[in-house]
Amino acid sequence: MTESSATAISLRDVSLRLGGRTILEHLDLEIPAGRVTAVMGPSGAGKTTVLRLITGQLRPEQGEIWIGDTRVDRLGAKALGRLRRNIGVLLQNGALFTDLTSFDNVALPLREHTRLPESLIRRLVLMKLEMVGLRGAAGLYPSELSGGMKRRVATARAMALDPRIMCYDEPFAGLDPISLGVSLRLIRDINGALGTTSVVITHDVREVAALADHACIIADGRIVAAGSPADLADSDDPLIHQFMKGEADGPVPFHYPAAPLERQLLSDGDAP
Amino acid sequence: MNDARSDTVLTAPVRELGRAFVFLLTAFSRMRFGPRQLAEILRQVYFAGVRSLVIIVISGFFVGLVLTLQTYDTLTRFGAADAVSTVLALSLFRELGPVLAALLFAGRAGTSITAEIGLMRATEQLDALDLMAIDPMERIVQPRLLAGLIALPALVLVFNVTAIVGGIFFAVYLMGSDPISFWANMQNSVELVRDFGGGMLKSVFFGFIAAWLAVWFGWSARPTSEGVALATTQTVIATAIAVLILDFILSAFML
Repeated sequence: MTESSATAISLRDVSLRLGGRTILEHLDLEIPAGRVTAVMGPSGAGKTTVLRLITGQLRPEQGEIWIGDTRVDRLGAKALGRLRRNIGVLLQNGALFTDLTSFDNVALPLREHTRLPESLIRRLVLMKLEMVGLRGAAGLYPSELSGGMKRRVATARAMALDPRIMCYDEPFAGLDPISLGVSLRLIRDINGALGTTSVVITHDVREVAALADHACIIADGRIVAAGSPADLADSDDPLIHQFMKGEADGPVPFHYPAAPLERQLLSDGDAP
Repeated sequence: MNDARSDTVLTAPVRELGRAFVFLLTAFSRMRFGPRQLAEILRQVYFAGVRSLVIIVISGFFVGLVLTLQTYDTLTRFGAADAVSTVLALSLFRELGPVLAALLFAGRAGTSITAEIGLMRATEQLDALDLMAIDPMERIVQPRLLAGLIALPALVLVFNVTAIVGGIFFAVYLMGSDPISFWANMQNSVELVRDFGGGMLKSVFFGFIAAWLAVWFGWSARPTSEGVALATTQTVIATAIAVLILDFILSAFML
């Protein structure tokens, strides 16, 4: 296998500004095929923006985005639709359709994009729900599920069409320890069982160490470090050290930029 | 600075209207009619139409009642109490039926559509559809647009019927008017195409406007609870103003 064929997703010299703010600047990112890659970084660093670029929801002002041999940022609506059938995305809160049961949520992409008979769709959906441990919740509506269960149903929906790539946006945020453990195992299992390329957008350092084969850190709009989670943990770079150790102050300051405190306290201006 | 501000105040509504038109054109340009789409349109007709029946029936009955009461009182002074059914039917078919039903529709179904789509935006359900290569325009917007177009004319019919029932109840059962002359006067004075057809044509326009504004404000709502609340308010206000302006324009052309 050549080096290029081992890369599933590639962002080359990507720059993007949103609302006048520079989010990404000359970012280069290679995501290896068939492995779990964690994209980490402080809040607001542009992690989710990377995900939206990969799925074609955003287009860069500069640079190229490739998935295999397909240049994503040049695709028209129809070609993008075809590409997205090969990408499963788990959004942060699951984004299940509240008027559909768990079963119908998972069945939706199958009914929409295949001409399979309903009996076969039923079996496929039950298998997907079995994989996430929620076959018994097939008839429940999202309002009847806990936060962790919703994400598991959404994971089943994302992998309904057996995509080549699975993207997870903050899959561990707000989960209790049991749900967190279940999520970790699930991502690993899906990666192994389906042979997918997995991209996990997260800032949970400990979970990444347990899950990812490869990790990279985004800061100041570019990749500041990439390698195995163990390599990143041993890094001497102050920013990476601060991030991996979870220190409150460092290159990423604790305080939001502001005028000197004494000047603001002694002035008679209006709040703030 | 002041110029820039006044420029924004002047251009913001125009820009918003332009975006709403582009949204509408996009929705119609991607229109598809598969079996699944037709089933979804029927489901939305049920939500927008059938679930609005209670408010339409109650309002229609009392509008007919109070309209007959007022006209009966006035016309009796001139010895023209027999004309009460004429006034009732013409004012209902031409104006009150389509306009009041459209305003009630905006309050009941329009706000519901706006809130639903706005919340779908806020909870990333529209993004999820997009990411599953399912066009939200086709799946969410088009069925609701067409449902408004179908549901409001049907609701106007129901409104008119119940208002006439209210009128009959007051004039015939409470005031003792002759039911035969009540019906005969109504039949003689109402022209099917001009009066009844004109009103129904208005209801199609109003249904279209009400559904368009409801889906647009939901679609463009800021993805916050405040944004969704604002969007539902905007739906009611914008629909009410648009219906009243359009009513004047259509009436001017029809007379």
